[in-house]
Amino acid sequence: MNSKTRLFYLLPYVLWIGLFVVTPILLVVYYSFFDLHGNFTFANYEKLFTFVYMKMIASSFWYAFLITVFCLLIAYPAAYFITKTKYKQLLLLLVILPSWINLLLKAYAFLGIFSTYGAANNFLEVVGIGAQQILFTDFSFVFVSVYIFIPFMLLPIFNALDKLNPALIDASRDLGASAWTTFRKVVFPLTLSGVKSGVQAVFIPALSLFMITRLIAGNRVITLGTAIEQHFLVTQDWGMGSAIAVFLIITMFVIMIVTGTRKRGIQ
Amino acid sequence: MKKKSIWPKVYLAFIFIVLYAPIFYLMFYSFNSGGTMNNFEGFTLDWYKELFGDKRLLIIVLNTIIVALLSAAIATMIGVIGALSIVYMRKKTTKQALLSLNNVLIVSPDVIIGASFLILFTMAGIKLGFTSVLLSHIAFSIPIVVIMVLPKLEEMSMSLIDAARDLGASPWDVLSKVILPYISPGIFAGFFMALTYSLDDFAVTFFVTGNGFSTLSVEIYSLARRGISLNINALSTLLFLFTIILVAGYYFIMQRNSRAAEAGVRK
Repeated sequence: MNSKTRLFYLLPYVLWIGLFVVTPILLVVYYSFFDLHGNFTFANYEKLFTFVYMKMIASSFWYAFLITVFCLLIAYPAAYFITKTKYKQLLLLLVILPSWINLLLKAYAFLGIFSTYGAANNFLEVVGIGAQQILFTDFSFVFVSVYIFIPFMLLPIFNALDKLNPALIDASRDLGASAWTTFRKVVFPLTLSGVKSGVQAVFIPALSLFMITRLIAGNRVITLGTAIEQHFLVTQDWGMGSAIAVFLIITMFVIMIVTGTRKRGIQ
Repeated sequence: MKKKSIWPKVYLAFIFIVLYAPIFYLMFYSFNSGGTMNNFEGFTLDWYKELFGDKRLLIIVLNTIIVALLSAAIATMIGVIGALSIVYMRKKTTKQALLSLNNVLIVSPDVIIGASFLILFTMAGIKLGFTSVLLSHIAFSIPIVVIMVLPKLEEMSMSLIDAARDLGASPWDVLSKVILPYISPGIFAGFFMALTYSLDDFAVTFFVTGNGFSTLSVEIYSLARRGISLNINALSTLLFLFTIILVAGYYFIMQRNSRAAEAGVRK
């Protein structure tokens, strides 16, 4: 292919990268150095390290951590059992299907289920615990988030487990390892790449989704995403919002590097 | 023979019930004449009638579909061109750089994309509304199309192109008669993914949509923030059926595409 046609191919795509990938990031960084009145300042970053913001960041990380751990604990066994069934492709499709349904509708469903006279409270009444305030608590936020993110955790783990050579498990068992040792020393290390991509797919959105906190948790839970949305669309303090956004971008890169998959041990 | 335990089946059944219960809960109450999501008083289709009588909502649905179709079509064109330019890139480092830049928008949290695009459009003087929503949907769909088309291009043998050139085909002929037909399954899959990403997007649209323009997701969010209204239930039942049709279509394409390389989980 000659250089003229190559340039023709390259131009619109490179234009897109320039305008919608590079420029927006630079603009966010640029804006993070300006206060409400358009003066250059480091105050936004100084504010980021004050107690109020540090507490918000810490709680955001704590919730994201909880959500990721619960997703992992629920999704790993589920993925494992699915690989053992006869209809694994069909079951996998059934797991993925809810992830294609608009996230807001799923959150909305829980507005009904968790409401004062909703299904969850009816169940608690029947069991004898009695009705509770479920909506607008941290519990409802974590529960709904885990519900929404399970497919994203399950899929990469399923793929890793599915590629695992069953002969390795047989070998381990033949050599006298117990089921638990086999899992700990053979299965889990070999599917770690799947777990890592799952963690990546859950942890970053859990830090940044603002609509679940708004709908389900009221204003009880404030994540990094909620704070950014608040600053951009409510208080109009774009500088501070950008500073938090820069922090989130850096966090994202750190997580990507830490969970970066080097594809070891999986054929 | 190992003894088959019943627990894996019980566990999986439980997971699937939890995954689907909220969705069916939502759909079930769309037929409730009582007006709440708590006690079912009687069967009615009133909510559907109200939905179809709502002019404003119909315009929003139309907006959503127009934005999705237009953005998917334009993103597919630019994405295919981008994939071509990446594949025929001679320098390895430039190729890697382009690929990394391509993935930035895929891994970025929606809040960041939304906030940075809001700054971009405001700086560029683009009025928030149809144009800004369309541009951002095109922008975040392009990398998805590139990702779907690239594997097909890489799997294509260069000798096909050489053969066509030797037989006297012009560069345009090579593109339209050899390359494009070969990668068409990837193009269709990319278009489809772009379509569903656009239909489903909430966070980015929420940031860049002004006052006058709304898409379905944004509308659902503002309705849900006001509390429960069974209109949303009726709407979600229809959307669920529509999603199933879309997923079936997508899997049909992937099937024809032979062994689905990656089953898509929605972001």
